[in-house]
Amino acid sequence: MALPERKQSDTDARLAAMTLPEGGCLAEARKAALSRVQTMGLPNRRDEYWKYTRPDTLVQADAPTAAVFDAGEAPMFDEFDRLKVVFVDGVFDAEASDDLSLEGISIERIADICDKDIHWAKDLYGVLEARGQTPVARPLAALNTAFAQDGVVIRVTGTPSKPVNLVYRHGSDSSDAILHHVVRVESGASATILENGPAASRFNKCMEVDVADGGALHLVRAQGRDHERRAATHLFARLGTESVFKAFTLTVNGVLTRNEAVIELTGDDAVAHIAGACVGDGDFHHDDTVFITHDAVNCESRQVFKKVLRNGATGVFQGKILVKEGAQKTDGYQISQSLLLDDDSQFLAKPELEIYADDVACSHGSTSGAIDEEGLFYLRSRGVPTDVAADLLTLAFLAEAVEEIEDDEIAAALVARLEGWLARRR
Amino acid sequence: MAALDDVQVKEGVDQETVDAVREVGGAYKYGWETDIEMEYAPKGVNPDIVRLISDKNEEPEWMTEWRLQAFERWEKMDEPNWAMVNYPEIDFQDQYYYARPKSMEVKPKSLDEVDPKLLATYEKLGIPLKEQMILAGVEGAEDMPAEGRKVAVDAVFDSVSVGTTFQAELKKAGVIFCSISEAIREHPELVKKYLGSVVPVTDNFYATLNSAVFSDGSFVYVPPGVRCPMELSTYFRINAENTGQFERTLIIADKGSYVSYLEGCTAPQRDTAQLHAAVVEIIIEEDAEVKYSTVQNWYPGDENGKGGIYNFVTKRADCRGDRSKVMWTQVETGSAVTWKYPSCILRGEESQGEFYSIAIANNMQQADTGTKMVHLGKNTKSRIVSKGISAGKAQNTYRGLVSMHPKAKDSRNYTQCDSLLIGDKCGAHTVPYIEVKNNSSRVEHEATTSKVDDDQLFYCRQRGMDEEEAVALVVNGFCKDVLQALPMEFAMEAQQLVAISLEGSVG
Repeated sequence: MALPERKQSDTDARLAAMTLPEGGCLAEARKAALSRVQTMGLPNRRDEYWKYTRPDTLVQADAPTAAVFDAGEAPMFDEFDRLKVVFVDGVFDAEASDDLSLEGISIERIADICDKDIHWAKDLYGVLEARGQTPVARPLAALNTAFAQDGVVIRVTGTPSKPVNLVYRHGSDSSDAILHHVVRVESGASATILENGPAASRFNKCMEVDVADGGALHLVRAQGRDHERRAATHLFARLGTESVFKAFTLTVNGVLTRNEAVIELTGDDAVAHIAGACVGDGDFHHDDTVFITHDAVNCESRQVFKKVLRNGATGVFQGKILVKEGAQKTDGYQISQSLLLDDDSQFLAKPELEIYADDVACSHGSTSGAIDEEGLFYLRSRGVPTDVAADLLTLAFLAEAVEEIEDDEIAAALVARLEGWLARRR
Repeated sequence: MAALDDVQVKEGVDQETVDAVREVGGAYKYGWETDIEMEYAPKGVNPDIVRLISDKNEEPEWMTEWRLQAFERWEKMDEPNWAMVNYPEIDFQDQYYYARPKSMEVKPKSLDEVDPKLLATYEKLGIPLKEQMILAGVEGAEDMPAEGRKVAVDAVFDSVSVGTTFQAELKKAGVIFCSISEAIREHPELVKKYLGSVVPVTDNFYATLNSAVFSDGSFVYVPPGVRCPMELSTYFRINAENTGQFERTLIIADKGSYVSYLEGCTAPQRDTAQLHAAVVEIIIEEDAEVKYSTVQNWYPGDENGKGGIYNFVTKRADCRGDRSKVMWTQVETGSAVTWKYPSCILRGEESQGEFYSIAIANNMQQADTGTKMVHLGKNTKSRIVSKGISAGKAQNTYRGLVSMHPKAKDSRNYTQCDSLLIGDKCGAHTVPYIEVKNNSSRVEHEATTSKVDDDQLFYCRQRGMDEEEAVALVVNGFCKDVLQALPMEFAMEAQQLVAISLEGSVG
């Protein structure tokens, strides 16, 4: 079917401005992805899936500029012992990075595997992304697969002694970065991946995660604080029997963020937790779009999203649990909540369920409202100043999402940052 | 219904519920047809047909023009495809848009002149068109006080209104209750002012088609300060084959008035699907209240999905005045495909909208139904309670919107939608849209169980129930509440459904 005229011309304009990288062993995957983009067309505001978020600036050929912001604080996760993999404006920086060898895990640059004829990642690159294109099209992810400039492929074969930290530094005001990572967790293996930093003025990131039977992956990311940055990220995960995947995202600032998570539970007894906390101020638009498919028996999924919004900030949540026929004993939980600190901010949500199995329990809750007056009064009556009390209640509100992080130390580090930011904004 | 007989139900699902759903999905009781001589307009739809319908209803020029503009618009529109329903493409030119019994060619002056065959049809449906006190078929009605039992009925048969009862008595109270075609002739100033003011001609594909070709329907006007002395009711019957029914209902509740309106519908059992595309507009002024109840029991098609009614309906209430109130109650058991979202525009300050729905889909039925609560005024309140039950190979979707505009300060919404699946071949889906644009409003979509009415919970707990038991009782008790809120006329249908509980619901 031909694309609508406008969509066609926008897609053509973007594609004309890009060249397909020399792919080597990934060439075929890249070509297939390009053809997916051409068939689907890039998103525009008329698409139902983009009802609450305008994709224009993510799609247009020239990336809008964004100033690099010096927060004057140490980068996130600096206090932890981790293996650092640094990208500056979307390009791997070997000097700033640690030595990539670590027991139980192998890390390679996409550029380095391209000239190999046989590589495990070849069977995954773009595969999970392609699977995630139905029933809803995610053209920006296909665009990423086709044109990714850099990225790493990570294979977890044991239990590495420390987390891998992907650090995304923002160097140039006009950078337009596309990164693609592939993560394979082998049977019984387990690892933690940390991600932080604003990455670029405009950032398109895609991560494909394949967790084999009994494997476990924990992903914690903190999206950078640059005020003007824009980001569209996609996380595609496929979970085998008795595997575990937990992801948490903290977002502060950024003029536009769209985080999509597409999770498929394909093995029995698998567990997926996807959580997010965001604090938005002023010209801030944050969109969490989650699609979880239950295609096996006795799996558990949790979606916990909390948004604190003020000064005209917008928070979006589109969450979906799809329980396929036969996926009995599914336990699906979904909660999205917003705390609107003033009258200008808004929360737009679509918490969806699609269920084709009768012996399941799925709950989806969504609430929105102001700070609890009674709680505020209680604290004030005990001598806590109003602004401190408001911060306390805000942190308590975010806590349910932060608690989803498995590692207590990492969770505590994120809470400490949040405390600092809230205090400074009073 | 063989599909349900051997089905394994999930632990915790009430057997009584399964039986009740089976009963509802069993043999369709209203599937017979009336053998009566009919007069049809030529098949298909075009400006000539639009003019012909307008002409048959002896409408003034402005009305014909209004219809023609709608038709012109409709031709440029695309059929919506976002609902979770699948049906073969409808050939809008392969059906009749106007069918009336021959005997209605000269409009009967009173019910006594109406063709006895038509009267017998309604008698058989349990809706006697006599100004009698006692309703046929309702057990215990004899013992009820006479005042509570009077119901005025407007009976619509295919494309025309057969007659309206109790008109004289209503007139004494100042209430106008007649067919819309009569209202266009007799009360053009009211129709002109309000028709299309809630559901604009351009609203959506089916509403626009309805605006062009609606043939009849009901009109209600309740003057300021009047509490309508009896319940009003419209009974829609489709009888003719290959005929679409397009009815239009317009209800105006002026300042401080009150009216309760009921709607029932059935159709004969046929192998080919039939289209029903209605528009209901309700205008509620200051301090007025409207209760609108529907028992939708169109022919649902057979267990293989053959035949049945496609029910594509646009219903909307506009709470224009401050403190105005509307309550939609619907029990949906019929239709092969349902596409229906009774909505509330809460414009007046402190206005209130409520939506209570039980939708039961059996066999191959598909229902995509829900509501929209658009909060525009300050201190507005809305409540949505939707219960969907799927059995056989049916698909049941709740689709809803709650929107708090920036100016709708201090507003409240509470939404709860539960679904129950009976068997593993059916589906239940929920697609809520929530848009909050100010912070003094609270919106809760099926939040935690503790959000169940605290007083009721406390009451149960006080009597020694544990929390879980108490919540279950309060939540499940609701189905019965909806049914009890239904007027007497629907007691028969309601009795069947009383056994339904949502224990063991999936989400």
